[in-house]
Amino acid sequence: MARSAVSVIGAGVAAAVAALVLLPLVAVLWRAGVWPALATGDAQALWFTLWQAAVSAGLSCLLAVPVARALARRQFFGRGALITLMGAPFLLPTIVAVMGLIAVFGRSGWVNQGLAAVGLPTLTVYGAQGVILAHVFLNLPLAVRMILQGWQAIPAERFRLAESLGFAPAQVTRHLERPMLRAVLPGACAVIFVICLTSFAIALTLGGGPGATTVELAIYQAVRFDFNLGRAAMLAGVQFLLCALVATLIWRVVATPGFGAGLGRAPVLRVQGALPLAIDVLAIAAAALFLLGPLCAIALRGAPGLGELPPAVWAAAGRSVAVALISTLLTLVASLALALSVAEAQRGAAVMDGVALLPLATSGLVLGTGLFLLVQPWVLPSRLALGVTVAVNVALSLPFVYRLLLPEARVLRADYGRLSESLHLQGLAWLRLIALPRLARPLGFGAGLAAALSMGDLGVIALFASDQSATLPLVVQGLMASYRLDTAAGAALLLVGISFGLFWAFDFWGRRHAAV
Amino acid sequence: MKTSILATGLSCLALAAHAETPVLTVYAGEYFTSEWGPGPAIESGFEAICDCDLEFSTGDLLPRLLLEGERTQADVMIGLSTDVLARARDSGLFAPHGQDLAALTVPVDWPDDTFLPFNWGHTAFVYDTTRMATPPASLEAMRHLPDGITVVIQDPRTSISGLAMVLWVKAVYGDQAGAFWADLAPHVLTVTKGWSESYGLFTSGEADMVLSYTTSPAYHMMAEDDQTKQAALFPEGHYFMAETVGKIAGTDQPELADRFMAWVLTPEFQKVVPAANWSLPSALPVADWPEGWAALPLPEKVLFLTEDEAESLRVEAVEEWRAALSQ
Amino acid sequence: MLRFDKMVLAQDAFRLTADWEVPAGARVAVIGPSGAGKSTLLAAIAGFFAPQSGRVLWQGKDLAPASPGARPVTILFQDQNLFPHLTVAQNLGLGLRPDLRLSAAQCAQVTAVLDRVGLAGMGTRKPAQLSGGQIGRAALARALLRARPVLLLDEPFAALGPALKAEMLALVEEVATETGALVLMVTHDPADARAFAEWTVLVTEGMAHPPAPTEPLFADPPPALQAYLG
Repeated sequence: MARSAVSVIGAGVAAAVAALVLLPLVAVLWRAGVWPALATGDAQALWFTLWQAAVSAGLSCLLAVPVARALARRQFFGRGALITLMGAPFLLPTIVAVMGLIAVFGRSGWVNQGLAAVGLPTLTVYGAQGVILAHVFLNLPLAVRMILQGWQAIPAERFRLAESLGFAPAQVTRHLERPMLRAVLPGACAVIFVICLTSFAIALTLGGGPGATTVELAIYQAVRFDFNLGRAAMLAGVQFLLCALVATLIWRVVATPGFGAGLGRAPVLRVQGALPLAIDVLAIAAAALFLLGPLCAIALRGAPGLGELPPAVWAAAGRSVAVALISTLLTLVASLALALSVAEAQRGAAVMDGVALLPLATSGLVLGTGLFLLVQPWVLPSRLALGVTVAVNVALSLPFVYRLLLPEARVLRADYGRLSESLHLQGLAWLRLIALPRLARPLGFGAGLAAALSMGDLGVIALFASDQSATLPLVVQGLMASYRLDTAAGAALLLVGISFGLFWAFDFWGRRHAAV
Repeated sequence: MKTSILATGLSCLALAAHAETPVLTVYAGEYFTSEWGPGPAIESGFEAICDCDLEFSTGDLLPRLLLEGERTQADVMIGLSTDVLARARDSGLFAPHGQDLAALTVPVDWPDDTFLPFNWGHTAFVYDTTRMATPPASLEAMRHLPDGITVVIQDPRTSISGLAMVLWVKAVYGDQAGAFWADLAPHVLTVTKGWSESYGLFTSGEADMVLSYTTSPAYHMMAEDDQTKQAALFPEGHYFMAETVGKIAGTDQPELADRFMAWVLTPEFQKVVPAANWSLPSALPVADWPEGWAALPLPEKVLFLTEDEAESLRVEAVEEWRAALSQ
Repeated sequence: MLRFDKMVLAQDAFRLTADWEVPAGARVAVIGPSGAGKSTLLAAIAGFFAPQSGRVLWQGKDLAPASPGARPVTILFQDQNLFPHLTVAQNLGLGLRPDLRLSAAQCAQVTAVLDRVGLAGMGTRKPAQLSGGQIGRAALARALLRARPVLLLDEPFAALGPALKAEMLALVEEVATETGALVLMVTHDPADARAFAEWTVLVTEGMAHPPAPTEPLFADPPPALQAYLG
């Protein structure tokens, strides 16, 4: 009974997500009525999109390995806090991230001021290198967490066995670490590749020019400027197929990567020697500087404006928090239902798993346009602005939260499935007494992630917007569009503060209530 | 408990009052109604004379209207800029404005019977006098900028100001527009999606010049008392841009919509435009401009492509730009 | 009476048949080499493993439609018999009401049973704070509360030392006598079987043999048992 109820809810959620993602695309296609050919520059855009996503993903993962290794094998004061803080860039709204990066790496940024002061040639952040820099900045934290998770998943006994067998570091690497990396890296790479594939605000500001056009930018142009829906749908279809291909690869070829909930645990791996220590210190210091520098810049730039934020900013902040909290609740419910159903591993698990990754592949703009077309015959779209924002937030956070929960749900099933069944522990009682307490840690982390990602929404709701429903990111943009750059920086800092605060609060709650 | 009953009662009353007052729904651009935009002043100004409720609905303009088609809730649309009017007109969703255009003070011939301009300005490259003592003296000089001088511009495929920029260059250089872009390309620091990202980069010192408007310095002069931001004025002329108001043909409030269209041309409305919209009023003699605005340096020559010219050149001009800057 | 009616368990290359019955209240040892299917036999009774063909019947009723929790069965696994995040008292309470909304009388029952198995005052502890023997007692205490007519022991005391194990078996005996339960106990140790069970089921070579009286069986083991005992 309990089993089938979970499966039914899971299948329902999967169907809802699939509908939410696919129906808008169909609606846009339907409305367009034609399937245009690729235009000039589309091939170039496609190539640039693939190329930058591949390089960004590869580089993020490559750089993450020494950082994750250093974090895995060193114990130092503030390690847990550093791990948490270094996760922050992934939660940054892109609009704010770009501000921070420019303050550090821009033409008049800290790095170039330093270089100029000692008479060295300056670097430019604009161009393909800027796009990649930004993507690495945003996704390195994710890669580090996934790989660190892999390191910590190697049982301590195995390291002890290696020690007792007198393994040299090279042998530890060969027999323990390399197999783990082989299992974890492709998954981490694939997820980041998909994220970079659909990114567009980054490429737009830092790309340097039309040579750095991405497919998502071409979609934006088609929807917002040319009103060429057929073209938008065609491009979204191409992008969707690319992502679906990668998502399939993740499922078929690659072990499920965890997203790294609860990484505060003390390291089990011990390494002696000055050279490894130097490498580790360097890796941690470099990563901390790279990831925390732009965050500091955002704080410094925004602090003066923080004191004089107009009421509209606070109202928008309140709306954003409400939207984020509702989105978080729904994301958790949907992800939990999906993860538990898939962990049951009855029929349809592969399909449900694939559906959970679908939203990663969608174009937010086509999603928004399609939803508009779908609801417009029935309701006044501006009435639905916040509802649509919530729906889109849920769809876009679901893949991450689901992936966080799935491994833990599988463990729960393996360890306590039969005991629960034999005690007739099912339905809500099972959820309350067993599932929620045992999954509190990934639930807390996932809730934090969903809340932070939901704070940064943008773009999708431009069609639905009304001034009664402006969220904080929209207000930041509005301030920028009205020359109020200092106030905008203050509001951006507020946005970052709230995002990170929500993340921290949920994550803390999860760790606090984690069943032991 | 008592207060909640009271609150319910009050909101019922408010609803009842609401139901009797006719509502004029005005579609406006995304940031039009923020407290820093012209929306609030326009709303209170019109409601004071119309005995109606003016409701702004902000967001995308043309895409939203085209998606909605005949079903649109809009009575009036404000904010469509000159270079997208051809496509707006082709939709057949707009009605003639029926206004006397004699009051217009825009520097171009405006025979349009559908769209009324409510403001105007020109595209221009804005620079910072503390970083650039001698700005380029002409558009031609932009082709020969000294090494190391950088410009940040907007993408004509995603922004109105970017589109105006390529039409500007096209109007001046014709077949040679591609060559202009090829010469400027090394100086283009980056291209942004919209105007605000560009302007943010410029004010934070990333670029020496930014593609903006001749009216941009006015904000710094009047709101910040900062004289260091100036527009470089070129003898080749500057491209004219205006934002317009249009009446929706299918409106269920035709009389209110007409009154709104008429009100746009009155001094009451026009005096709101400069300081709230940081642009020039479209139907107000210079003598009546708010204090300080008459002193704003403006170009002598104004360039403007008619709607049909602009539409026919648009694809070509954007493609020339794209090809030159993709190198 | 528990009856296997031409039951066949199958999964991939594994196959196990059983076609016999055993009376209610009996003590049965299940013995045989690893991998022969002892645990699977118990899983089939508990409802975790559906037979490919044949039936499992209790008091003449086919168990197939009943979910694990609805069967007249309590099962103790090798480990993870207690939820580590719940207190001992809560773990016991699950045996009375799976949603833990216990009445005052039920709470008193839990306290009494804790007392009974020698865990008085330990109700508020978490399982991690208990010793191996105490965990076994807690699990048995819950079996006592559930009072189901069939008690399946899938080597829950395998990790305990000989003295502790003997103590546990004595407690099982007590619980079974009090609840009148039929006990099926998987074991590797002939001594356990002889000390505890009047019947022994030998599971080997794809077959769960019909129960045989324990003493004569070990006194004169058939070839299959001999092979196992070595």
